[in-house]
Amino acid sequence: MTNALEIRGLTKVYGSGFEALKGIDLHVAQGDFFALLGPNGAGKSTTLGIVCSLVTKTSGKVSVFGYDIDTHLSDAKLHLGVVPQEFNFNQFEKVFDIVTIQAGYYGIPLKKAAVSAEKYLKKLGLWDKRNTPARMLSGGMKRRLMIARALVHEPKLLILDEPTAGVDIELRRSMWSFLEEMNRQGTTIILTTHYLEEAEALCRNIAIIDHGRIVRNTSKRELLQQLSLETFLLDTETALENAPQLDGFSCRLDAEGVLEVDVHKGQALNEVFMQLEHKGIKVVSMRTKANRLEELFIRMVEQNAPGAEAIAEGTA
Amino acid sequence: MNARALFTAYITIVLREIRRFTRIWPQTLLPPAVTMTLYFIIFGNLIGSRIGEMGGFDYMSFIVPGLIMMAVITSSYANVVSSFFSMKFQRSVEELLVSPVPNWIILAGYVTGGMARGLGIGVIVTLLSLAFTRLQIHNLPMVVVTVFLTSALFAVGGFINALLATKFDDVSIVPTFVLTPLTYLGGVFYSIDLLPDFWQGVSMANPILYMVNGFRFGILGVSDVNPFVSLGMILVFIAVLSFIALKLLARGKGIRH
Repeated sequence: MTNALEIRGLTKVYGSGFEALKGIDLHVAQGDFFALLGPNGAGKSTTLGIVCSLVTKTSGKVSVFGYDIDTHLSDAKLHLGVVPQEFNFNQFEKVFDIVTIQAGYYGIPLKKAAVSAEKYLKKLGLWDKRNTPARMLSGGMKRRLMIARALVHEPKLLILDEPTAGVDIELRRSMWSFLEEMNRQGTTIILTTHYLEEAEALCRNIAIIDHGRIVRNTSKRELLQQLSLETFLLDTETALENAPQLDGFSCRLDAEGVLEVDVHKGQALNEVFMQLEHKGIKVVSMRTKANRLEELFIRMVEQNAPGAEAIAEGTA
Repeated sequence: MNARALFTAYITIVLREIRRFTRIWPQTLLPPAVTMTLYFIIFGNLIGSRIGEMGGFDYMSFIVPGLIMMAVITSSYANVVSSFFSMKFQRSVEELLVSPVPNWIILAGYVTGGMARGLGIGVIVTLLSLAFTRLQIHNLPMVVVTVFLTSALFAVGGFINALLATKFDDVSIVPTFVLTPLTYLGGVFYSIDLLPDFWQGVSMANPILYMVNGFRFGILGVSDVNPFVSLGMILVFIAVLSFIALKLLARGKGIRH
């Protein structure tokens, strides 16, 4: 089956001489929910910008559902819906007009566009605001408006560049449900995000980009299996003065007196509780210290940082 | 995209442009009407009555075609340059760039939008002029063709300006330092017969002179230059500027990184 997105040897050198992409290879299968992760300036937005025609590539090949953007750009664009990082609609236009005008650019007549606009504005909770100028909307509403606009022509591939940035938790969760539903209905989704919890919750496959190179491209499951250590935070019934000694586990108290326990892959968490119970320590609640994917991400990016090898070898 | 989809995209851009300038009519439609009325009163009535005849017509009749053309030129240019640059500034131009609309449709849509405003202003100024003089039409097809082509030409010019502009100052530089002097020196208020030979020669290098005179020929039947040469010049300019605009769009000048 043709991939939803295929990128080969993609490079981008900006006019200033900055090499943003250094030969990226990437493929996203149809129906996938894919995350492109990386620190600021890693090349995520440049990559997606090239796919969406907002950035011109220096070299390499990009195809969307088999349509090469060099030779069949119009066909490629028909399959794409884009939700950019920053608000990029006319702030003076009304919500309904913004969505129907976008449909018009895709050659959809107004009547049909109005039906589609109504469908997505209702799904995203913006129908009541349809006659409101965009500048009057809240930040969360503006983000949802960009999603409605990107979907109005029913694209098969939806690209979201940090779609939930600056959105409150409740709204973020509802946007996740919406995107999951879109994905279940067959829309391939690619997102970049700084909320790694978001990628962990939504995506099946993940690529990590850093310094213009893909440092990892695999399934989320495989990525998480590499995690050899997880740290758990345990709230005890009574405050501890010192961290207890647990056989086979490293533990310590954090600044607030919460017990931190490192559990290696293959170790049973039950063992921690048994040893604590034996020492008369009662645990009342437990949580993981950090997002698992976040830990891996930081580790990979640090390994990829210039000079990391030298630092590891103690020569820098 | 098939022909029907292309037409839908084109109409979408045109209607959005028309909606934009009519929504802000106190900024777009009213000022030229007020300015031109003042020109009619001051230059036409007050000063014109002392000037006497120009090109065989009373001064008011002589300047009306030039003033209509001046309004059409500035409005066609201003509409496209301000609309497209503000889209760049707000980044809403990305809506167009991610869509499958071909560049020539983008250009055609904006130029048509600019023409809609330019020609609308032309109609308003023409109606206003009727309060000051009796307007005769010598050659209607010439009037219509000249005003349409001139409006299209300056709309394309405005589009190129918007693509190249990187800040708001750049939007006003060309209208202030190029268009206005060329228009004032383009025979709007006088016949170049009044100038010494040298300055007549210099004036012939001013493209706006041909447009004003082509339009004046259509209305009054008099012109400083051959009206068909005027039409030819306008067509050549449109072809050259459209080619440049499409090249810039294809390169993504000012709109793609």
